[in-house]
Amino acid sequence: MTRAVLRLHGIEKSFAALKVTDCLNLEVFEGETHAIIGPNGAGKTTLIHQMSGALAPDAGRIYFDGRDVTDLPMPARAHLGLARTFQITHVLPSFTVLENVALAVQARSGSSFRFWRAAAAEAPLNVAAMAALDAVGITARAEILAGALSHGEKRLLEIAIALAQAPRLLLLDEPMAGAGAQETQRLVETLGRVRRRYTIVLVEHDMQAVFALADRVSVLVEGRIIATDTPQAVRNDAAVRAAYLGDAA
Amino acid sequence: MLAPARIASRAAAQWQALLFEERVAAGLFLAMVLLPVGAQVLGGYLLFVGERAVILAIAALSLELLIGVGGLISFGHAAFLGIGAYAAGILASHGYGTLILALPAAVLGCALFALLTGSIAVRTRGVYFIMITLAFGQMAFFVATSLAPYGGDDGLTWPTRTLIFGTHVLKSETVFYYVALACLGGVYVLMGRLVASRFGRALRGLTDNQRRMEAIGFAPYPYRLAAYVMAGAACGLAGFLLGNQVEFVSPAYMHWQRSGELILMVLLGGSGTRYGPIVGAMTYLLLEETLARLTEHWKVILGPLLVVLVLFGRGGIAGIIERWRLGELSLARLWVASAATARIQGGRLLRGLRWTKAMAARALGRAIPRLKASAADFSTRWRRCNMTVGEAVVSLVLVVDRSISGAIARWRRR
Repeated sequence: MTRAVLRLHGIEKSFAALKVTDCLNLEVFEGETHAIIGPNGAGKTTLIHQMSGALAPDAGRIYFDGRDVTDLPMPARAHLGLARTFQITHVLPSFTVLENVALAVQARSGSSFRFWRAAAAEAPLNVAAMAALDAVGITARAEILAGALSHGEKRLLEIAIALAQAPRLLLLDEPMAGAGAQETQRLVETLGRVRRRYTIVLVEHDMQAVFALADRVSVLVEGRIIATDTPQAVRNDAAVRAAYLGDAA
Repeated sequence: MLAPARIASRAAAQWQALLFEERVAAGLFLAMVLLPVGAQVLGGYLLFVGERAVILAIAALSLELLIGVGGLISFGHAAFLGIGAYAAGILASHGYGTLILALPAAVLGCALFALLTGSIAVRTRGVYFIMITLAFGQMAFFVATSLAPYGGDDGLTWPTRTLIFGTHVLKSETVFYYVALACLGGVYVLMGRLVASRFGRALRGLTDNQRRMEAIGFAPYPYRLAAYVMAGAACGLAGFLLGNQVEFVSPAYMHWQRSGELILMVLLGGSGTRYGPIVGAMTYLLLEETLARLTEHWKVILGPLLVVLVLFGRGGIAGIIERWRLGELSLARLWVASAATARIQGGRLLRGLRWTKAMAARALGRAIPRLKASAADFSTRWRRCNMTVGEAVVSLVLVVDRSISGAIARWRRR
């Protein structure tokens, strides 16, 4: 393992009296797929929101590539190379699949304050977008409106959008949520194909998916990380079994 | 040399190649180009109405950039009509009513006002954006009413229409009409480019799903602010023309009712297309002209018409045209659809009426026997004890009081 791409230092977040993130420290190393698991209400999504900038922590600092990004909003972090997907799919329903991805390319390549030339005719944007669609295997759906995609395809599209951002770090918030067995299979295969090329933080409920994809696993319980280790070690950790896996398996 | 037949067939082929929306727009602009010819036959008043329609179409189109593209419902857009007209009018009243000064003053003045107010308003969305733009619009309105040197409440009469290089060419109604139409055409084309451009795509994306856009690196604020400034500037052009048309400007140009009318034009014509707002502005003026001839209270007819349109014609006139094109609007289907809507709405109405009736019956059913009993009680006492009138009044008051307080107590216990 090399250096940390993302480092959380003493992060805290409360909603009213409820402490959702409790003095949390975490390091994500270059090139790894780091899964975060934990029971419902452990604060996984809140943690992803703080990593991506959708929520600001009450205390603590967040370093991305050695740079303090705690006070940067989500769009600014996206420009630094932090891409994310959402637990509840967020695509642009009235845009075509291709345009959804092309917008992500547009965001990182040149100014969007261009008012004259038709964006849909910019070949470099479309070429890069098609490459991202190809990576997740939905090029055949490129000209369809994103709102008309099936749920599983929307999940794949979200991943394609994130890949098109050419991210330094990919935050995946329960990419398998709500997907059927076949769709989950397809998502796991897709992520398995791309994961070696990216640094990934994966929040996931599906344990099979986590153990298939993750290099390291952190277990989040009541806003604290109680263990960080390889999947195998975490699976055998007594405290983890008691807190979490015991109920599931 | 091409034979006329080949030219015709080539033109037909090109016509076929145009998108449907472009074809509608082309037809619309052709009709507008020919309007002065019609005015020769039907009288100059038609030209006057045409000028107004074209000018308000510019304003509606600029508002469409906010409503349809940017997802921002501005309720203060008329402020830009007024500022554009005042900027040019004030210059004219000082003897600087020349195009080179007046037009930039109108457009840049509006852009500046949009930048100042937009930098606050655009941070909000939904109802808050509506309320803030309304507030800024009304502020502009009240500032105008207090402009005593420039007519205040009464408005400002321009010495003349704007001079173009020292000439009075705009005095000709035909020339003025075509200048306004050229402006509409220019705004229409520019907006088409804008919507399809990188900027327009980002703006549309922010309307479609802001979260997604933020996650890929688009901060909403600069895009929405730029759109607001552009819409304001375009509406300033409309204001400049509107003031020129009647050689007059008054605070009424900026009143919130005017802003509401602009929104109506956009919704009536159909937001989401570029020809919709133009059709909307024209239809609105046409309705105003024809209905106002029928009755002074023409808005009583206009209101229900708009309600019907909103209920049955989603997407306004453009939406109806679009559905007709897609074959979703055969008469039989329309009948079925409206029957279904009527059944659903009628069913709701009936249920509501039945509920009201039942509630009223329940309330009365309890109250009436008791009132009867009280009245009977009163009359027997009256007969029994030969009360004086004073005693009768007092006991009547007591009976009423008792039944009311009893009713209140029962109601509270429930």
